[in-house]
Amino acid sequence: MLKLSKYVLYDILRNKVVLAYTAFLLVVSMSLFQMEENSSKAVLSLLNIVLIVVPLVSMVFSTIHWYNSYEFIELMLTQPVSRKKVLLSEFAGIGSSLMTAFLIGVGLPVVVYNFNATGIALIVVGCLLTLVFTAIAFLASIKSKDKARGIGAALLLWFYFALIFDGLLLLVLFSFSDYPLEKIILALSSFNPIDLGRIYLMLQMDVSALMGYTGAVYKDFFGSSAGLLYTLGIMLAWIIVPLLFAVRSFNKKDL
Amino acid sequence: MIKVENIQKTFKKLQALKDINVVFEKGQVVSLIGPNGSGKTTLIKSILGLVKPDSGKIIFNGVSIDKNIEYRRQIGYMPQIGRYPDNMTIGQLFDMMKNMRSADTKLDEELYRSFKLDTMIDKPMKGLSGGTRQKVSAALAFLFDADVLILDEPTAGLDPLASEILKEKIIGEKGKGKLILITSHILTDLEELTTDVMYLQDGAVVFYKPIAALYKLTGEEKLSKAIAYFMRYGIKPMENSNQLKIAK
Repeated sequence: MLKLSKYVLYDILRNKVVLAYTAFLLVVSMSLFQMEENSSKAVLSLLNIVLIVVPLVSMVFSTIHWYNSYEFIELMLTQPVSRKKVLLSEFAGIGSSLMTAFLIGVGLPVVVYNFNATGIALIVVGCLLTLVFTAIAFLASIKSKDKARGIGAALLLWFYFALIFDGLLLLVLFSFSDYPLEKIILALSSFNPIDLGRIYLMLQMDVSALMGYTGAVYKDFFGSSAGLLYTLGIMLAWIIVPLLFAVRSFNKKDL
Repeated sequence: MIKVENIQKTFKKLQALKDINVVFEKGQVVSLIGPNGSGKTTLIKSILGLVKPDSGKIIFNGVSIDKNIEYRRQIGYMPQIGRYPDNMTIGQLFDMMKNMRSADTKLDEELYRSFKLDTMIDKPMKGLSGGTRQKVSAALAFLFDADVLILDEPTAGLDPLASEILKEKIIGEKGKGKLILITSHILTDLEELTTDVMYLQDGAVVFYKPIAALYKLTGEEKLSKAIAYFMRYGIKPMENSNQLKIAK
């Protein structure tokens, strides 16, 4: 399996879109660290950009790449390898190349300017989100019949996770504002990897002190090692479950 | 060698394959002929395991193909459209394919050399012309000296010289007693190669006979004329009659 991923990785690392993505992340991170006096403030701004851009690029790039290598994937499948292997190698290839781009674009500046627990948490969450949204993009592309629908589905899912979900959450908060909702919101945020990443990272920073009682409840949970394990576990589930569904429907698919 | 039993396949409302029953044996060069959308590619893809039939079985050397994937080791496939990752070089592509089939090491690099692909191993795939990509696909199909060769429109897009090289190669492999399945619309190309002709229409086998029998039935001496004769006058599908009846 690694043999195939290696060649997919070779190919994508020379891809212009991935190079541009790396350069963009690098420029944004460097300028944020240069402009802000306080590097932990810069990490907070960087966090907001990472949470929007990383899922978007991971999803759109993976979907387009999938359709562009459709004929090639077909040829792979006429070789003595199983469909599962081909799919997982493609995933490993795309996931690792996008992760490499993120590590160079964001990881490197963070290590240089703000190497502490918060910085490391940002890098880990960014890498996990890359894999989560690559996995979701794979599922969306396998389920959709053609390229236009595939990219449409990817964009819609991104909208949902980045914007619509938060709106729904706010709606719940307002409608039931008479009740204590902290625990429920905590559970609900697990249904959105972006939110989970945001809450987890915010609570590693000093800003959580501004969030009042809710902040204290979250800090209690996410500050502990159980919170760390919980976040990691949910993120991994967000990678594995879409991939499992993708493999299952790919096995039945006509190419 | 390959036995196709009662294969049915429906895409949405379109019935792409209707109860196909055929047997392919070693030493045959079978031409799959038929109008666009008659099910040629679907049949080939079913044999390769890319399309999963709704019902029926395909048996390769006595083993059903949905049980294992190892049978593909004995197939060389040349797709109709060869698209490869943009930034991969020809050399990397060949290395990768060799890696994927690591178990058997007997390689046949004749086409690889005669198409002069060895002189451009560092060229990335995105810069290649359609014809060169077609040469790459052909060289890959023959690379592993497989017992069965499946060629989907092999000569489309090749220049006359390359087309001639490929045809000679196919004749050579035929001499080694391999099974070769070819689809093509260029009947003059098939004429020199083929031993049997299979004519598909609307997902059903209309005709599957040795080429000599086809000539005899139609009274024509050329494949293109014989096929034109059938397309013009039509014939009843095989399951209706063992003997071919020509409806005038």
